[in-house]
Amino acid sequence: MTEGRGRFGEFGGQYLPETLMPAIFELERAWDEAQKDAGFKAELDRLLRDYVGRPTPLTDATRLAKAVGLRRVLLKREDLAHTGAHKINNAIGQALLARRMGKRRIVAETGAGQHGVATATVCALLGLECVVYMGTLDIQRQAPNVFRMKLLGAEVREASSGSQTLKDAINEAIRDWVTNVRTTYYLLGSAMGPHPYPTIVRELQRVIGAEARAQSQALLGRLPDLVSACVGGGSNAIGMFAAFLDDAGVALRGVEAAGEGVATGKHAATITAGSVGVLHGAKTLVLQDEAGQIIEAHSISAGLDYPGVGPQHAALAKSGRAVYVSITDQEALDAVSLLARTEGVICALESAHAIADLHRLGAEDGDRDVAVCLSGRGDKDLDTIIKRLGK
Amino acid sequence: MTGLQRIARAFAQAKAEHRLAVVPYLTVGYPDRASTRGLLAAAVAGGADVIELGVPFSDPLADGTTVQRASEVALAHGVTLADCLAEAKAIVDGYDIPVVLMGYTNSLLRYGFARVADDARAAGVAGVIVVDLPVEEAGPLDAALVPAGIARIELLAPTTTEDRIARIAGAARGFVYCVSLTGVTGARTELPPDVGAFVGRVRAKAAVPAVLGFGISTPEHVASLRGVVDGVAVGSAVINVVTNAAPAARAEALRTYVASLVAAGRS
Ligand SMILES: Cc1ncc(COP(=O)(O)O)c(C=O)c1O
Repeated sequence: MTEGRGRFGEFGGQYLPETLMPAIFELERAWDEAQKDAGFKAELDRLLRDYVGRPTPLTDATRLAKAVGLRRVLLKREDLAHTGAHKINNAIGQALLARRMGKRRIVAETGAGQHGVATATVCALLGLECVVYMGTLDIQRQAPNVFRMKLLGAEVREASSGSQTLKDAINEAIRDWVTNVRTTYYLLGSAMGPHPYPTIVRELQRVIGAEARAQSQALLGRLPDLVSACVGGGSNAIGMFAAFLDDAGVALRGVEAAGEGVATGKHAATITAGSVGVLHGAKTLVLQDEAGQIIEAHSISAGLDYPGVGPQHAALAKSGRAVYVSITDQEALDAVSLLARTEGVICALESAHAIADLHRLGAEDGDRDVAVCLSGRGDKDLDTIIKRLGK
Repeated sequence: MTGLQRIARAFAQAKAEHRLAVVPYLTVGYPDRASTRGLLAAAVAGGADVIELGVPFSDPLADGTTVQRASEVALAHGVTLADCLAEAKAIVDGYDIPVVLMGYTNSLLRYGFARVADDARAAGVAGVIVVDLPVEEAGPLDAALVPAGIARIELLAPTTTEDRIARIAGAARGFVYCVSLTGVTGARTELPPDVGAFVGRVRAKAAVPAVLGFGISTPEHVASLRGVVDGVAVGSAVINVVTNAAPAARAEALRTYVASLVAAGRS
């Protein structure tokens, strides 16, 4: 017997309670129909342009390139999108889909708070009810975003079980969804979870890579040699990669969080150090113990602090089409300073992982043009950064 | 006798006695490892027809706070699937009663589906309930369980469509588990008003007995289900009874509680 639909090689699928199966099929149908509807695309494009401020620039970061020893570094500036991260691209698309489906109550999970803020923002814009689940620990370390969500009219509910981070917020969001499935749309924030979410989120984030590809061509007269992005659940990375998958000459590189170091066990480097498992509706790579219990991830960056990863990344890693590496908390912090001082851009701790990796790329082979997704801005992380850099 | 035969016998016996089969659930290793065996013995003494053993998992996304907490406690005590199989074997050997395991896909995947099937058969386990493994994804597990004579117990929900009920219930083995409500596990004060209609739709299509679970907590609930369903699964309420009793009184409290459910199911 074969396994269900929505597979990326052996990864993906729909591992959900029976109660949610009709809802996930309904979502599949609604997404397919929306894809065929020119009106849906037109509305989405209009909002991305007039509300989000797309296209975001591709910045030629010459002083950064020099500092890391690369020929060219191009920054895809998702930090300049409305609400300060790429998360809004996905939130707008899915909120429009929810409205099409007649669902007026939205639930979402958030780690760094960026997806929560993006969802709260779109719900305010479209007049939808919004409940965001967030781990207790993340509520503490991302306080400004909690306040933003509340200001936008969302209800923030604390997920106090388990590791009190993103994984537990997802558990709570799914519990809410299973309880209120008839009226509620689950607006998942990354390219993970059960089919069709990994595909929906990739398609909604594809705009990052599509713009970057055209902008690189305009700037360089050709494609970059390598495209990179940080990987939490994997949405900014898959959005960046999607447009380059068929360009055999473009290397793809995902950067995970090594936390205090992969060898210490306190990390979130799921592809680097994980194994095959089922978590949050998908078969993918997860951090787990011998008995299959999920291990708590660790990262200074709340948005990367997740012990799973989107199934397409697991497949890209297995096939070798993309390479995944990891960066420690300290390296990411140093990269925040480096980018701030060379380019005058304060980036999110998540994005700083991809910036930090540029040193290694430069040391390996500096004769390359690299396009990096700068997934978000750093305002939300100032507290954490001041505490750590002040030490 | 195989596990599946024990299930059939248990439901036939309850039916012959004009009562609902009672299926208590207990998380293995809650409140501690040493008490599980005594608590299960008490549930059997109270008249349990089938025993459901909860396999603790770190991320129980279909469970409410009661089972979540019980799982956390069990995991803190280091309980594994192997421990659950050992508890199952002890009850089957000791009481000749059907035992089903209830848990999540990842615990079974990590153990290895083939090994689950072998070890479950050796332990005399009748079936497994996997809450996050819908029929679409169940092929590989079924391929291991069916030859071993172990049932993957199908779950049906109030949201399950008519054609899906026909497809799933029609092919079900052992018994079908009807989820009473849209939501997570947890004791409720009232059952949804439409459970009768839902269970009726399932029973019309199922060749095996139908058990209703999620939310059932009182003898009154059970009494209201006479003639509606073949059995009742009671989980969070069982855990609450154990939690609320003083350590020395837990087994007796559980025996009395299960006996009250059995009595309430008698017509
Ligand atoms: C700025 C930023 N970058 C990256 C991420 C990681 O998510 P993903 O891997 O889905 O892009 C987050 C998540 O919150 C984020 O806020």
